[in-house]
Amino acid sequence: MHMANVMKNDRLIPMLCGALCVVGAFGVLELLLRFDIINRYIVPLPSDVLGAFGRIVVEEDVLARCRETAYEMGVSAILVILIGIPIGAVLYRFDSLRKALEDWIAALAAAPIVLAFPLFLVLFGRSSTTVIVMSIANGLAPIILKTTEGLMSTRPVLINVGKSLRLSQRQMFWSILFPSALPLIFTGIRLSWTFVLISVVGVEFLINLGGLGQLINDLAERYDMAGTYAAIGFVILVSVVFFVCLEHIERVMGRRA
Amino acid sequence: MSHAPLSTLAYLPKAKKNMHTAHLIRAVTLALLIIGWEILARSGLLLRDVVPSLVTIIASMGKLIINPLFYSNLSITSFEVIMALAIGSVLGIICGIIIGSSAFLSAAFEPYIYYMSPTPRIIFFPVMIMWFGVGSPSKIALGALSCFFTMALSTADGMRQIDKVLIRVGRSFRASLWHMAIKIYLPAMRTPILNGIRLGFGTAVITALLAETKLSNQGLGFMIMQIYSRFDMPTLYALLIIVFILAGLGNAVLGALAGSQK
Repeated sequence: MHMANVMKNDRLIPMLCGALCVVGAFGVLELLLRFDIINRYIVPLPSDVLGAFGRIVVEEDVLARCRETAYEMGVSAILVILIGIPIGAVLYRFDSLRKALEDWIAALAAAPIVLAFPLFLVLFGRSSTTVIVMSIANGLAPIILKTTEGLMSTRPVLINVGKSLRLSQRQMFWSILFPSALPLIFTGIRLSWTFVLISVVGVEFLINLGGLGQLINDLAERYDMAGTYAAIGFVILVSVVFFVCLEHIERVMGRRA
Repeated sequence: MSHAPLSTLAYLPKAKKNMHTAHLIRAVTLALLIIGWEILARSGLLLRDVVPSLVTIIASMGKLIINPLFYSNLSITSFEVIMALAIGSVLGIICGIIIGSSAFLSAAFEPYIYYMSPTPRIIFFPVMIMWFGVGSPSKIALGALSCFFTMALSTADGMRQIDKVLIRVGRSFRASLWHMAIKIYLPAMRTPILNGIRLGFGTAVITALLAETKLSNQGLGFMIMQIYSRFDMPTLYALLIIVFILAGLGNAVLGALAGSQK
């Protein structure tokens, strides 16, 4: 118990120092701006940016924009799972297919697919469908690769137990392979959903459509400096909360497994 | 060969057979994709220009490759990516060395870098335009920002994995921070740094090109948008394929470089 407290203090003090440094940096920036050492037309006052948070929530209907981004995120996230996990399972089941296509899928993960957004605009129009299809294309590779990796890393002793119990292939998959692969599958889900979030907000910003990405674009085009910075801060906040939640769920899944 | 265990000899033909099957599957998949594309292009199910014939796309690639405008835009994008990679890498390595060398600094500041790294970087583009204008500097700054996070995290992680004996040897010789960095830290962290540069290269390419598509009057991203606005689909496909190939080649070269250092 005492050790745990020491550990907590060991982390707490640096974290507090880090937070104080960040707040201090904003304080220094505020002073530099107020004394006109930095041009206020380029960087708004941090206090103005803080004030703009409330304004954009009310005036720019942030909640509706969040709903739109969440809808695109949700559809993409579900479809990525529904498409990615079965493909990963098929690649596990057929060894030659996995050897043939695994490198291509890994290359897909590194490819700058988001650059093809003009092509997707032509194919699907300037609509949520484009955002969703592009996000699925961006997020699919990690979940496929991690599902295959998870299924392949099932301990042979568990498979032998299944064989000795004469389980059918379906029973083997749902009772042994899938539960064993779940932690790695969830790592794939976390990576895929992170890619999906980046893609959804990025494409919204690029094609000026929909939710939070468009909000930044709108405010920047109106030259609402404080609003633009606040909107960027809001998107960062949403991304960080989303990422922290995913990490937490991944840890819980790992512990249970 | 004569010393190889019996089990290895028995395994070899099966491995070879599997590789042959894998190559065959690749060839069949590629052939199916090409045939499927051509059927779709000629079927009239979609607008003719939306899915052009592969023959037209290849012809457009040929025209692009001999077009001087392509090379002038390529040189601008290459310059932006190289500058972004250089600036982002240097700043990331310095930050990574500072953070990674101290458990206190790591606990204080690394979470900010870690949690900022998966945010969509393109949203910072309006800020970069305000700071650096609409020319190349804003694209370089955005690219540098993108690879900074990857580089800093990779270097900080590499710092923590350096053999403590090496650090103690450096300190026993009373090496300055500069000497410690160039004689001990950097040589010991070759692999994580090269891996960081490889990942940073990918993000720098994407962000610089996306920024060019958003607001620019030069570069490959600008060229993509010009072609899109003319609705010249075969050339759009051709340019995207060329960009994907170039990005893949850059990634492969850096990957091979990182692999050779292991």
